[in-house]
Amino acid sequence: MPLARQRLLAWLRRRPEARAWSLVGPGVLFLVVFFLLPLLIMAAYSVMSRGEYGGVERGLTLESYRRFFVPIYLTILGRTFGVSLVCTAICLVLGYPVAYAIARSGRWKNPLLFLVVLPFWTSFLVRTFAMIFLLRDTGLVNTWLLRLGVIREPLTMLYTPFSVMVGLVYGYLPFMILPIYASLEKLDGSLLEAAEVLGARPAARFRQVTLPLSLPGVVAGSLLVFIPALGSFLTTDLLGGAKEMMIGNLVQNQFAAARNWPFGSAASFILMVLVLAAVLVYLRIRDRRPMAAA
Amino acid sequence: MGRSLPRWLVALVAAVYAFLHLPILVLVAFSFNASKFSVEWTGFSLEWYRRLLERDDILRGLRASLVVGLLATVIATLLGTLLALGLARHRFRGRRALEALLYVPIVTPEIVAGISLLIFYVLIGLPLGLATITIAHVAFCISFVVVVVLARLEGMDESLEEAALILGADEITTFWRVTVPQLWPGILSAALLAFTMSFDDFVITSLVAGPGSSTLPLVVYSMVRRNIEPSINAISTLILLVTTLLIYLADRYGRQRARS
Repeated sequence: MPLARQRLLAWLRRRPEARAWSLVGPGVLFLVVFFLLPLLIMAAYSVMSRGEYGGVERGLTLESYRRFFVPIYLTILGRTFGVSLVCTAICLVLGYPVAYAIARSGRWKNPLLFLVVLPFWTSFLVRTFAMIFLLRDTGLVNTWLLRLGVIREPLTMLYTPFSVMVGLVYGYLPFMILPIYASLEKLDGSLLEAAEVLGARPAARFRQVTLPLSLPGVVAGSLLVFIPALGSFLTTDLLGGAKEMMIGNLVQNQFAAARNWPFGSAASFILMVLVLAAVLVYLRIRDRRPMAAA
Repeated sequence: MGRSLPRWLVALVAAVYAFLHLPILVLVAFSFNASKFSVEWTGFSLEWYRRLLERDDILRGLRASLVVGLLATVIATLLGTLLALGLARHRFRGRRALEALLYVPIVTPEIVAGISLLIFYVLIGLPLGLATITIAHVAFCISFVVVVVLARLEGMDESLEEAALILGADEITTFWRVTVPQLWPGILSAALLAFTMSFDDFVITSLVAGPGSSTLPLVVYSMVRRNIEPSINAISTLILLVTTLLIYLADRYGRQRARS
C-alpha cells in the first residue's frame, strides 16, 4: 500500500494537468451532465414539434419561435422586461442609502450587514407568504388602516401589479445592497479628506468622489437584481393575477398545463438568452471600469 | 468616517430595515395567535404548532427535505471543495472554460434550470422522486460551495503547506493534516449554506419532484394555495428558525480565523 501511494504521487508529480483534473474532474462531470447537457437538450427541444401527450416529435421547425412573436406573448416579454427594470430602479434608490449608511456605521457594521444577508438566505417561499399575510384584503395592512380610519373599504393590493412589485423589491433588495456596500467599503477615505481640504461641500464630495467610485457596485447590484427579476416565477405566481404573468410563469404553464414542451422550451431559451445578454453587458462594463478609473 | 449621518438618511435606512424584517416578524408573531379567522390578536396559543404534529404530509415533507438536504449537502460540498482546490492551486488547460461553467448555475433562472432537468430526466427515463430532487439540488449548490471555499483558500497562507512538504510529509499527508484543518471553517460554512439552499428550494424542486416525494416547501406551497390559515405561520416560523440558525453558524464559521 505505501508503495502504491508513492507510485501514485510520483506519477501525479510528473503530470500537473492530471493532478488538477483529478480534483476538478468529478465536479465538472456532474455539472456538465446535470446542468449543461439538460440546457442543450432544452434548446434542441425548442426547435422540434409538439408531441401529442407532452414531449416532442422528430423534425426541426422554428414554429415555437414563430408562435412566440405574437402580441400576447410579446406583451408578456415586454412586461417581464419592464417590471424587472422598475424593480431594479426601486432597489437602487432604496439600497444605495442603506449601503452607504452601513459602510459608515462603525461598530454596527457587522450586525447591520448580517441583517441584510439574512433575508438573502431566508426561504423565498416563506417571505412571499409573509407578503400575502400582510397585503390580502383581510390582511394586516388593511386591518390596521381600517382601524386607524385611513380607509373605509379594504384596499385591493394582492394580485395586482403593486403586490408583485412590492414582493420583487422585498425579495431582491439585499442583492443590491451588498455589492454597493462592498464598493463603498473599499473607498479610500483620504480621497474624501482631500476633497474636503480642497473646499468641496458634502454634496459635491458625494457627487464627485463617492458616487463615481461606487459605480462598479451599482452596476453589479443592478445586474444581481435585474437577472433574477427577469426569471422570477414564485412572486408572480403567488402575489400576481393572470395579468401580471411573466416569462417564468409562461414557461411553467407550458409544461404543467398546456403540455407544449417545444413552446415552453422556446420561451425558456428566450429567457436564458436575455439573462446571458444581461450578464455579458455586466462583464463588459466591469472589465472597462478599472481603466476608466485609472 | 465617524461623522454622523443626516437624520433623513437614518430614517430612510430604518424604514428599509423595517421593510426587510417586519413582514417576517409579524408572520412569526401571528403564529402564536389564538384566533383562526382574523388578524386580531386574541391571545397567546401554541395550538397551530400542535396541529402541525398531527399532519402526516408535513412530517413526510420534513423527512424528505432532511434526506435530500443532507445527501445534496455532502455531495455538493465534496465536489465543490475539490473544484475550489483545483482552481486555487493549479494551472491547467480549460481553466477559463471551467470558471464560465461554474457561473452557469448561478445566473440560470431557477425555472429554466428546473425545466431543462425535467426534460432530461424524462428523456433518459429516470423516475421522478427523491433521487432526481437530490441531483438537482447538488447541481445548483456546487457553484456556491466553490465560491465560499475559494474565498477561504485565497486568504490562506500556503507557507504552512510548503513547510510540511519540506519537512518530509508527502502531498496526501500534507493535505489531510495541514490543508483540511485550515480550510475546515470554510468547508463547514459552505456546507451550511448548501443545506439551507436545498432546504428552502421550491421552484426547481417543484418541477423535478414526483408523486409522493414532496419536500417541506412543496407542502407549504400547497397549503398557501389551498387556504391561508395560521398553521402556515407556524410551519414558516419553524423553517425560519432552522435556516436562521444555520446562516448564523455559517456566518460565524465564515469569519473564523484558521486554527493553528
